[in-house]
Amino acid sequence: MHIVVCLKQVPDTANVRINPETNTLMREGVESITNPFDEYALEQALRLKNSHGAKVTTLTMGPPQAEVVLREAIARGADQGFLISDRAFAGADTWATSYVISRAIKKLNPAVDMVFFGKQAIDGETAQVGPGVSEFLNYKLVTYARSITVGADGRFTAETLMDEGMEVVEGPLPVVVTVLRDGPLPRYATLAGWMRARHAKIPVWGVTGLGVVPELCGLKGSPTRVMKIFVPPGKTGGIRMDGREMPSLAVEAILKILRDKGVSK
Amino acid sequence: MSDAPTSISPENCRGCKACLQSSSIGEVIAASGDVTDHNTPAVHRGVWVFAEQHQGKMREVAYELLAAGRGLANECGCDLAAVVLGHNIAHSAAPLIAAGADRVLLVDHPELARYEAETYTDALCQLIVRHKPEILLAGATAVGRAFLGKVAIRANTGLTADCTALSVDPSMCLLHQTRPALGGNIMATIMTPHHRPQMATVRPHVFKANVPDPARAGQTLVEALELAPATFRVILSAATKSSLNIADADIVVAGGRGLKKAENLVLLHRLAEHLGGVVGVSRACVDYGWASAARQVGQTGKTIRPKIYLAFGISGAVQHIAGIRGAETIIAVNSDPHAPIFDVADLGIVGDLTVILPALLEALGAQSVPNSGQP
Ligand SMILES: Cc1cc2nc3c(=O)[nH]c(=O)nc-3n(C[C@H](O)[C@H](O)[C@H](O)COP(=O)(O)OP(=O)(O)OC[C@H]3O[C@@H](n4cnc5c(N)ncnc54)[C@H](O)[C@@H]3O)c2cc1C
Ligand SMILES: Nc1ncnc2c1ncn2[C@@H]1O[C@H](COP(=O)(O)O)[C@@H](O)[C@H]1O
Repeated sequence: MHIVVCLKQVPDTANVRINPETNTLMREGVESITNPFDEYALEQALRLKNSHGAKVTTLTMGPPQAEVVLREAIARGADQGFLISDRAFAGADTWATSYVISRAIKKLNPAVDMVFFGKQAIDGETAQVGPGVSEFLNYKLVTYARSITVGADGRFTAETLMDEGMEVVEGPLPVVVTVLRDGPLPRYATLAGWMRARHAKIPVWGVTGLGVVPELCGLKGSPTRVMKIFVPPGKTGGIRMDGREMPSLAVEAILKILRDKGVSK
Repeated sequence: MSDAPTSISPENCRGCKACLQSSSIGEVIAASGDVTDHNTPAVHRGVWVFAEQHQGKMREVAYELLAAGRGLANECGCDLAAVVLGHNIAHSAAPLIAAGADRVLLVDHPELARYEAETYTDALCQLIVRHKPEILLAGATAVGRAFLGKVAIRANTGLTADCTALSVDPSMCLLHQTRPALGGNIMATIMTPHHRPQMATVRPHVFKANVPDPARAGQTLVEALELAPATFRVILSAATKSSLNIADADIVVAGGRGLKKAENLVLLHRLAEHLGGVVGVSRACVDYGWASAARQVGQTGKTIRPKIYLAFGISGAVQHIAGIRGAETIIAVNSDPHAPIFDVADLGIVGDLTVILPALLEALGAQSVPNSGQP
């Protein structure tokens, strides 16, 4: 069994600050991390490695420094990592990202049985790359999984969380799965793991290595265009009232908002 | 699918879109090297809303999107259609017309009785190829967010997720799609200039549904499609409200150290249950063991973007505020007039939560003993 886990390096959005004068992102001091959802996806793959001897390959598309997310994954137990990096990939939207990632997956040996994604990346939050890759690869798609197992019959079973509640689905491989942050916690890297990771060779694949069409990559290959970026109007505080003397007035004010927002009659 | 061409030469492209039926469109386009001529904006017309239903019950967001779509269609001078995929769904057409649709496209097929990404993608893409809409909106629900990502690839077009505002440049029917990114720290306006349909998912509750007009005239079209059987089997399905999903909740009722004791959390659960929301907490409550970390709001907890955030006995430390900056409306109750939470609250009430919370529950008629849910 060969499993690919797609990992994205993202800014730790909890610490992102906006420069109020220039309206630009202040990247200084903002750490880059592995997208937290992707760590849960990796954990699911590593469990299948333990139980089924699955081979776990990690991929990331990004600038050269994104390599660290691959080494970290190897330190946790992944077998290998591939960095997908090329100037031509810059500015890719989800269409162009899915295209390039799916091409990288097709290039892997042996053929890939399962591809795991995080449910979404915490920077873009689109949740589209997993479904997009499933389409390019012509693999079936399972979204919002907490856990994935594979039976003796070689079919997968996934526990998923949809709007109505929990659903357990079962089906044949190959499959693309997007993973929630609900399942077992990602394991830590071991010391031995770090030793292995430090010496691991991380191949870099670009336009030529992948044999992708440059016009379909990066900004050029992206159907969507970002026209404008702005900071949402900051909260400044609104009505202030004293509810100590007349709590009923305070309650009335709360009810009015609930009614205006349509959550209460 | 089998008769899809394996290569296309741009000179010979007649815009038949057979290539779009291929699930390996990237390959097909890649083989031709042609990127632009595959879905010519000029031939696409009309605004579509994917009207998501579950077991015959329409999702509220469908009506909200029809209100938004109506506005866009009026500005562009085109029709508004609702698309329903499912089985035994004929009854859903009339309410959609009353809510603003000019046409309802119904695909009634046993394979669509249950959502599966593959069959839904196949059905919607067949309709897109058949009718060529200019704009396609869907709710940013679990289903909408999942299979629209496949549809966008198969239809070779752009998709903007989780929009919170939409407007249109009527001269070219160009959709301006605004969405939050980076945990709500920034907003981006996105367009799909050269590909059609322009696709967007929209968060529920962003738009308000129109008051239904039963007298509105509209047309219902039953669309026959051939669909392959679904490949997955559902072996268990348990309807549970994921009460711990505070990140996606529209209403979060939160408490902090000011609750003074764990028992007071029961009041929050009662309020949350009544309003259809979930309970969140400050880190202090997690540290005391009053609530699980999954409920923590803030820098080291969850970033949330509810429509309404109610904070009871939370001071509003910067690490807490970091998680609620994207909230639409913040209501805070705190006994300290100088609590920093008041600097961000739309309604700040100086007062004792042990007085105000029970009074609020009483006014709402939410007195029943709740099941207090997960910690
Ligand atoms: C690195 C780091 C990360 C952190 N991450 C987070 C995070 O993710 N989320 C988070 O919440 N915190 C976080 N914190 C902790 C944060 O700094 C605060 O300590 C915490 O938010 C305080 O919680 P609180 O508002 O409930 O308690 P307090 O600050 O003690 O506030 C309690 C409030 O209740 C009011 N009150 C008391 N009695 C009543 C009453 N009867 N009626 C009404 N009001 C009353 C008081 O006036 C007071 O304002 C983090 C801290 C650090 C250092
Ligand atoms: N540049 C990338 N490199 C590797 N994986 C990615 C990349 N972008 C997105 N992904 C994967 O796709 C998932 C969804 O991302 P998104 O669609 O951006 O929300 C992430 O959780 C990752 O698993």
